[in-house]
Amino acid sequence: MSEQTLVQEDVTAKSDAILARFPQFIALDERKGYEGYIVQADHLVEVATALRDEFGYDYLTSLTGVDYLPDDFMEVVYHLYRSTGGSGLVIKARSPRQESSIPSLVPVYPGAEFQEREAWDLLGIRFEGHPDLRRILMWEGFNGHPLRKDWQEPFFEEEGKPFKSRWPDGNVYRIEDKNPFTNNVDYPAGFDPETWVPEKDAALYAGLGLIEKPGEGSGLRTDQVIVNLGPQHPSTHGVFRMVAALDGETILALKPVMGYLHRNHEKIAERNTFLQNMPFTDRLDYFSSMSNNFGYALAVEKLMGVKPPDRAEYLRVIMAEFTRISNHLAAIGFFLNDLGAYFTPVLYAFEERELILDIFEAVSGSRMMCNYFRFGGVARDLPEGVYEKIRKLVDDRLPRKIDELDLYLVKNEIIRSRGEGVGVLTPQQAIAYSAVGPVLRASGVPYDIRRADPYSIYDRFEFDVAVRYHGDIYDRFLIRLDEIRQSLRILQQAARAIPEGSIQEGKPQYQVRVPAGEAYGRVEGPKGELGFYVVSNGKANPWRYHVRAPSFINLTALEPMAVGNKIADAVAILGSIDIVLGETDR
Amino acid sequence: MDGMGIIKGMGVTLKRFVETYLDDIRWLGKRYYTSEGIAHRMSTETRGIFTIQYPEEKLPVPEEFRFVPFLIYETDENGQNKDRCTSCGICAKVCPPQCIWIVRTNDPSTGRPIPEPAEFYIDVDICMNCGFCAEYCPFDAIKMDHDYELSVYNRHKSNIFDKEKLSKPVSYYASIRPANYAREEAARLEAEAAKAARKAAK
Repeated sequence: MSEQTLVQEDVTAKSDAILARFPQFIALDERKGYEGYIVQADHLVEVATALRDEFGYDYLTSLTGVDYLPDDFMEVVYHLYRSTGGSGLVIKARSPRQESSIPSLVPVYPGAEFQEREAWDLLGIRFEGHPDLRRILMWEGFNGHPLRKDWQEPFFEEEGKPFKSRWPDGNVYRIEDKNPFTNNVDYPAGFDPETWVPEKDAALYAGLGLIEKPGEGSGLRTDQVIVNLGPQHPSTHGVFRMVAALDGETILALKPVMGYLHRNHEKIAERNTFLQNMPFTDRLDYFSSMSNNFGYALAVEKLMGVKPPDRAEYLRVIMAEFTRISNHLAAIGFFLNDLGAYFTPVLYAFEERELILDIFEAVSGSRMMCNYFRFGGVARDLPEGVYEKIRKLVDDRLPRKIDELDLYLVKNEIIRSRGEGVGVLTPQQAIAYSAVGPVLRASGVPYDIRRADPYSIYDRFEFDVAVRYHGDIYDRFLIRLDEIRQSLRILQQAARAIPEGSIQEGKPQYQVRVPAGEAYGRVEGPKGELGFYVVSNGKANPWRYHVRAPSFINLTALEPMAVGNKIADAVAILGSIDIVLGETDR
Repeated sequence: MDGMGIIKGMGVTLKRFVETYLDDIRWLGKRYYTSEGIAHRMSTETRGIFTIQYPEEKLPVPEEFRFVPFLIYETDENGQNKDRCTSCGICAKVCPPQCIWIVRTNDPSTGRPIPEPAEFYIDVDICMNCGFCAEYCPFDAIKMDHDYELSVYNRHKSNIFDKEKLSKPVSYYASIRPANYAREEAARLEAEAAKAARKAAK
């Protein structure tokens, strides 16, 4: 109780201090269901710098925009945290919908780079002072900014699902047949796809800045070479492209190019009802669908103000930790593939992952697209025999197999010589570039949301935040083994302590009532902080739905990791971040 | 850098290599193409080879496994088939990719809708197998199937399932999901008993 009041006082004191520091151009966001401060856009950089340097909010995790069409303004929402832990701070800046423009925060938080590019691409908000403001997920021949509320996709039917054409109208046809795709493609004014030459590559190479310093420093004059890795290559873990400028074998600059798998998940989600989004979140990071469900459920539950019963919370934690184990096993396996240990480690890892997926299948009905979480609970209880299998796995088999994997790989001299000192990210860089998850913790920053800002029932379990201090790819490999061990500790405790009882708060409903407001739900997913920013206007469909994707934002730190290393290591460095393109491109 | 790490690691692979043969010998040839062998390879005790030789061998799917919905019909004592579906449209409304199309039946004399679907289509190319339709159907009329081998030569023509293709008898449902079926039947009987009791009390 006293702790509660203490926290309460701390929050009030903090907000008073911030308001007192900038009385003229910062104001509390007083809309119902909203939190944080509205900062005057002209003073945004100044406020952000002070928040970072004076108030300790050194860690920008999420940046996104919202199109408030009825009120005719765009709002950019920043979620700031302290890298030492604790709850966050939300600041917002506004700009008119026409010619939207807001000062860039890249000079203050370099981790804003890709997120601002994304907001420009999808919402059409210009960020003044951004070093490289280009489209990031869409291509140049795309007309408009799709997340603007007045933008309509091809085959547009209605603003929100369910569509009347399916029921009660019962129109029995595919809308594509009525309205073929070729008539639906819309290019920007003056754009001709027949004569168009991709300027993007030129811009991209210019962005690398290689022309200025040919062979500087060394007495020998060397040419720089541009190498494209990908977009279609197994070593890039999907359709992902890295453009590297090389001097000899050394990387001078590197730019990731993405968006090949973009399907505008967020626009789809804004057409969907709240519940309909649950299975769509599975398809983000398809290696860890349970964690994706978790983050989304948390965000919407925050808005709805419901809390799942105890048994559901335990089931959620069990599934989320199993997801972490299976994801890290796959990540370790594929990382070893990238280092050249072709497929034996992957298959050893997949054998255990397979057993975990069997549990997911028995519980949720699907191995990877689990769709298991509901608002205020989970979809179903453990079927017969599954609990025994969970106990056998976490108490006996997995610890044994992780030790075997450890013996098999960790001391291997080739892995050590390939990994130690390669792709180093310093703790300062990791925080500045908004790195999350294993990438952040391998750089010596013990930041784990399960401890730093606990959600669900993680405060009931005993576990350590895994942390390693070298920030190289070898440490990023080791930290995943450490995290598997910590997850096993949580699982052992959770499996022993899981109570009997209901698994769903209230009656299961397909149309949930979500009051107007905003919520940011974040979980420590296997790849790092997975956040869902949801804005509701009280209707059946979310007004805004944003995914703060760890795979996407961790790539901001790819260039600082790769520069100065050899081109052959670029593949291993990318592998050590552990990206999934389904989540990167969304 | 004395190479001991590599040698120890190779020891692990050697151990696993030998184990595959030991386990094969222990099972005396029954490890493959038998249901016990498949169950063993799926269990937490498994060692050695764990792959399944599809399509000669198939993994048994758990009861909750879901793949493409189907409609349940009941057969009454006269041998008449009756759909459980009342075309209430909840499945079509909850469907995330909106792949369910229902045409309601209208009474020819009055023109008012009657609780029976005239047509029921699912575009299985679009279906994402989320299982919401089965989960939220108040009449237990639509359920998720276990049959995952749906490959066809022409997807545009054959992958829009109509009511005839979707309909399966309730006995099929009871065979693939016995625990769910038993639970639903118990709930139904209980509800009917409660209704009868209420009537009797009146």
